[in-house]
Amino acid sequence: MAAVSTRNIVKKFGELAAVNGISLDVPNGEFMVLLGPSGCGKTTFLRIICGLEQQTSGDLLIGGDIVNDVPPRARGVAMMFQSYGLYPHFSVRHNIAFPLRTQRVPGAEINKKVAWAAQLLGIDHLLDRRPRQLSGGERQRVALARALVREPTALLLDEPLSNLDAKLRAFARQEIKQFQQRVGVTTIYVTHDQVEAMGMGDRIAVIDHGQVRQVGTPSEIYDNPADRFVAAFVGAPPMNIVARNGGYLGFRPENFLPKDMIKDAAFTEFKFRVDRSEYLGSERIVYGALEGFDPKQVITAKLPPAHVADEWIRPGEWHLFAVRNSALRHFDDDGKRRSRL
Amino acid sequence: MVAIADSVPKPTARFRFILDRRDVFGSLMVAPAILYVLLLVGVPLLMAVYYSLSAYTIYNPSWRFVGLSNFIDIVNNPVFRQTLYNTFIFTFGSQILGLVLGKFGALLLLRPFPGRKLVRALIILPWAVPIALATVAWEWMFDSLYSVINWTLIALGIVTRSNAPNWLGTPHLAMLCVIVVNAWRFFPFAIVIFLAGITAIPQDVLDAATIDGAGFWRRNYQIIMPMILPIVAVGLIFGFVFTFTDLSIVFLMTMGGPVGATSVLGFAGFQTGINSGDVSHGAAISLFMLPVLLVVVVAMLRFIRRREI
Ligand SMILES: Nc1ncnc2c1ncn2[C@@H]1O[C@H](COP(=O)(O)OP(=O)(O)O)[C@@H](O)[C@H]1O
Ligand SMILES: [Mg+2]
Repeated sequence: MAAVSTRNIVKKFGELAAVNGISLDVPNGEFMVLLGPSGCGKTTFLRIICGLEQQTSGDLLIGGDIVNDVPPRARGVAMMFQSYGLYPHFSVRHNIAFPLRTQRVPGAEINKKVAWAAQLLGIDHLLDRRPRQLSGGERQRVALARALVREPTALLLDEPLSNLDAKLRAFARQEIKQFQQRVGVTTIYVTHDQVEAMGMGDRIAVIDHGQVRQVGTPSEIYDNPADRFVAAFVGAPPMNIVARNGGYLGFRPENFLPKDMIKDAAFTEFKFRVDRSEYLGSERIVYGALEGFDPKQVITAKLPPAHVADEWIRPGEWHLFAVRNSALRHFDDDGKRRSRL
Repeated sequence: MVAIADSVPKPTARFRFILDRRDVFGSLMVAPAILYVLLLVGVPLLMAVYYSLSAYTIYNPSWRFVGLSNFIDIVNNPVFRQTLYNTFIFTFGSQILGLVLGKFGALLLLRPFPGRKLVRALIILPWAVPIALATVAWEWMFDSLYSVINWTLIALGIVTRSNAPNWLGTPHLAMLCVIVVNAWRFFPFAIVIFLAGITAIPQDVLDAATIDGAGFWRRNYQIIMPMILPIVAVGLIFGFVFTFTDLSIVFLMTMGGPVGATSVLGFAGFQTGINSGDVSHGAAISLFMLPVLLVVVVAMLRFIRRREI
């Protein structure tokens, strides 16, 4: 196990810079999530770390050593692929043993380690099956066992849950996270799903167009986004961002409340026209527009249904809403976060 | 009353939609193929079986039944045993050589290089050129006097004019020549098979193998080869069947010579049955292909099916 660092990594495919200068430090044992829209260069970045792709420029350090020219097998990094990349002609047992065989580990030791990995992931009973005889969730565990069996310096996961259905995904999220904490392996986890990122990451690096926009703990990313991109990408529904005074003003839907619900603090008032509302059981999402701002921009409010009755919120009505001043976020006209006003 | 009368289907209605019935239409569509196989494969096969059990020659076209005596004759003939042996050498030799060439050709063609598309197109040429023309060209290359190969060997100082190999005049070399020409003819097919197989392997699997520490050879022999084995086996069946029954290269280049060293079953059957007019013995020789091909095809298909489970 080791720390992974990158220094200004650039990868160009012809003209296109898929990775455009990423510098990232992942300390030993950390669960780092790379979060970004699809096509932003996440997979390319992972492939550079494990050595499947050579960077155009920049340095990669594993355990403090520069490994730019070290071939994949000598880096000791394990990767789990989006579609798992299991060997279809091998049994599960043989799949898990393969990384050990390539390193000429003695047979008895291989058996011991395969048994260990299989037990860790609860797949003992599947060892003699072929990958095609497994369900999606089982395949994912086999791939994880294969990645871990040789005790890698770092574990790279490329959208590992994207092939699972929604129910299984919530369960697998939990499982991967607990498992990583138990083994303590340095992990870089790639996803475009902000729920996964928020729920799993020790820290999150938000990536856009091959560049890191912000690195921080989930609460830092959520509460203090570094720029408009991060603010709009993280959170569902995303932060409301409106133009004001040559800059931008942002507030999260759950902080945008009827004025009479805010009593204890300084606040800023808005007149809000309700266009549509969705009742989701635990919350009510209301869509509308603000008076004095772009009338076409949709503003969302996330309200607790207990406080806001049906008949109170009808399409076409104007209401007085407000945001606590502490929940307002200010951005410059270039999108960067402005230091607190 | 009226209703009952109306519900009786009129003949026109019954026949107008007959082509919409799956069973009728289906049988109609496969009928030509079945007819073709029955007339052009089934009937000649039955005739061959009958000829081989009779004393039929074109000089004395009698249908007299003689049992297995034709088969006993040819099995006791050392020339036939040599032919049978040659056929196996010819088939296995050219299949193995073709597979090796195909594998390496495919590996080379998978790497990007300038002009790859052109080379991919040109590689099909041995297949596209009529076999008669190609064989004649090869014959000149192996000719005892005009051999380009010998000129090159002499120019390189590897052999002298006096001890230059007589390619088609020496038994073992002549066999080597027909094998080389047949492999040359088949290797584009092998390349296509390998390319199809290799490009169908998901990139994730190959990348996983690289990350798991497999080098070039391990990736090739433990991941790629086993994964493309079913499709290669199908290619091998075809190659085996076509080569085992082939007579064109031998016929055009060596006429089975020197002294029967390159005679193969198809050629011997043709020589005995058609050229010499001994139809019954020719049929018996040809029928020797049947059990061999049957065993090979059944074995291969079984193997493929087992791999797929
Ligand atoms: N081998 C390649 N050749 C050319 N362009 C590529 C290659 N791999 C990725 N790209 C491009 O690089 C960009 C980033 O891709 P990728 O890293 O796969 O994004 P992500 O994983 O974040 O969805 C995309 O625009 C993609 O088209
Ligand atoms: Mg990707």
